[in-house]
Amino acid sequence: MSSIPLTHILFLSTALFFIGMYGLFTRRNLISMLMSIELILNSVNINFVAFNKYLYADKLDGIFFAIFIIAIAAAEAAVAIAIIINLYRSHRSIDVEDATEMRY
Amino acid sequence: MNNFIIALIPLLPLATFILLGLFGRKYFKTSSGIIGTASLLASTAISIYTAYKYFFVYGKVNGVYQPITALKYTWHEFSPNLSIDMGILLDPISMMMIVLVTFISLMVHIFSLGYMKGEDRFATYFAFLSLFSFSMLGLVLSTNIFQIYIFWELVGASSFLLIGFYFYKPSAVAASKKAFIVTRFADLGFLIGILILGFQAQTLDFGVLIQRLTTAGSPQLIGITTTSFLGISLLTWALSLVFIGGAGKSAMFPLHIWLPDAMEGPTPVSALIHAATMVVAGVYLAARLFPVYAISAPGVLEGIMYIGAITAVIAAIIACTQTDIKRVLAYSTMSQIGYMMFALGVSKYGGEDGLGYMGSMFHLFTHAFFKSLLFLGAGAVIHMIHSNEMKDMGGLRKTMPITHITFLIACLAIAGIPPFAGFFSKEEILLAAFHGNKFIYGLALLTAGLTAFYMFRLYFSIFWSKQATAEDNLNVEGFASEHKPHSEGTWSMKIPLIILAVCSLFAGLVPFANYITSDGASLATHMDLTFSIAPVVLALAGILLAAYLYKNESDKSTRVAALMGSFYKAAYRKFYVDEVYLFITKKVIFNLIGRPAAWIDKNIVDGSVNLLATTTGQISARIKGIQSGQVQSYAIYFFGGIIGMAALFIYLWM
Repeated sequence: MSSIPLTHILFLSTALFFIGMYGLFTRRNLISMLMSIELILNSVNINFVAFNKYLYADKLDGIFFAIFIIAIAAAEAAVAIAIIINLYRSHRSIDVEDATEMRY
Repeated sequence: MNNFIIALIPLLPLATFILLGLFGRKYFKTSSGIIGTASLLASTAISIYTAYKYFFVYGKVNGVYQPITALKYTWHEFSPNLSIDMGILLDPISMMMIVLVTFISLMVHIFSLGYMKGEDRFATYFAFLSLFSFSMLGLVLSTNIFQIYIFWELVGASSFLLIGFYFYKPSAVAASKKAFIVTRFADLGFLIGILILGFQAQTLDFGVLIQRLTTAGSPQLIGITTTSFLGISLLTWALSLVFIGGAGKSAMFPLHIWLPDAMEGPTPVSALIHAATMVVAGVYLAARLFPVYAISAPGVLEGIMYIGAITAVIAAIIACTQTDIKRVLAYSTMSQIGYMMFALGVSKYGGEDGLGYMGSMFHLFTHAFFKSLLFLGAGAVIHMIHSNEMKDMGGLRKTMPITHITFLIACLAIAGIPPFAGFFSKEEILLAAFHGNKFIYGLALLTAGLTAFYMFRLYFSIFWSKQATAEDNLNVEGFASEHKPHSEGTWSMKIPLIILAVCSLFAGLVPFANYITSDGASLATHMDLTFSIAPVVLALAGILLAAYLYKNESDKSTRVAALMGSFYKAAYRKFYVDEVYLFITKKVIFNLIGRPAAWIDKNIVDGSVNLLATTTGQISARIKGIQSGQVQSYAIYFFGGIIGMAALFIYLWM
């Protein structure tokens, strides 16, 4: 296990982050965008866990942070889905481009 | 003696004002007059008691009346030795003034019960009268030059309210505005004077101020006399500016223009405010600071003397030509206040030389009685005739016997015929002028003659002149039957006239010099009969001339007027002072200052603000497309920003 160097894992998380970012920018469906956000959050989680493991193996701070983020992600997903459902009820669509009432 | 009782003298009218002002129109529509009069009666009783105690029980220490600070409450402290206090000062002139103010105010209240009966805003009227009484009493009892300023403005405000009482008459509105603006303008001088005095003397308290500025060699006196502005010492500046404030209130030439117009107010108000009490506030102020004027700035005092004398003569000349009876009385008031002013001016501090000061205060005292009597008498006449014009009157002595007799007494008093009140006080002033300045004495004699002439011109025009023909009688009768209670007025109008007439008869017999002098020690005066001959003869000549011209209806007076030609016309037009003011304000100030200032305001000040607004508007119209409503594009801007900042960060730190 220790044979895997830290950089590999950072590559993985960076890739995950940018995949999420790409998804966030290109998908028009709100559910897909939400999933992309989850990817970004998870890339951060991987970073936390990896740094904790490789740099401060005797501490648990990074792991706590990861757990904390998972909890927040769950709450965020609940709120986001509630918003999406409401949006669907009012617009009959969950396409993000259809909801532009708040522009100038 | 409980000092808090003294505080009730001004506070009772204040309470009445609040009560009637807030609830009068709703709950005390008819009883407000009684309420106001009752509270003022209490005030009068307390002030007479206080004055009695002061003059006869505890005021005199070693033969000299001492100023006593009865109450002092530090209201606003700037530094340990400079504070605005609210207090009550007992000294001879303040004692005289509270008695005078409460007494005249009481008379006017009683008179108003009849005069203003049936008026729509009866309660408001009495509320304003109470406000005025409160402010005037506060003014005279002030311990502190800033306190006097506060009450000074309050009397100005209540005068404004009462002049504009008939607010539906445009002339009354204009008059009240004029009075307010002119006196306000003068008060600016007063305020600046106070600030200079307060800054230099390090105190606002009268006692300390006078003591510091009259003690030769005190650091404050040296400071204020050695610092100069435009080549004139600060003390002269400060005292002149304070006097300008007093001149504005007391209608001294050339700030007098508001007083004749102020006659638009109800006549009892004119009697109270514009004859007996408020307009003498300027004299009172000068008397209050008299030691400073007399000891440290005799130059300013000389200026006061000239201004007073000029006002006395000019106002007397104008009074001879006016036809509105209230305006005649207004100019007569100006003239008499001019008398008081120059009497202060010729006086010096202390002992025999302080005769002018004592004469001035004495005249203030007697003048209040007979002038308010004249105004109330005029009010009774106006109440009956419903006109202010002399030509509408005449032959009223039969229909208004009480008014006639009391008016005659007042006229004799103001003309200075012995043994009426005016004679004694005028005599002291003339004597002081004779010893002080012969030129002023000449002017004073001239004014005395003119005063007798115009007062009897007024008297004969109202009560004699026209033979009460059958036709006239019919007119009057017709009037009386329409307005039954309007014949000579109710008893509440007659009683004050009678009381004031008695006062005008006997006020001169008060041994004034024992009580009120410049330094508090009593002064021995002597009546010099040979000296009295000249003024009395002049006054009699004036009366006889007036009788010759006006006793019977004839064209003699118009022929005399024609003989005077342009001089008569100039006097009739009040020497064009109003026109000069109009020219200065409308033509000069409006064109040279007002219009450029308005242009700068419209174009430069407003313009810069508008420019800012339009620029902002235009820029935002261009860039508003950024706010597209597309959440993803926002996210891209955000992310782009983060990337950019990260790049910058890495570039700078790596």
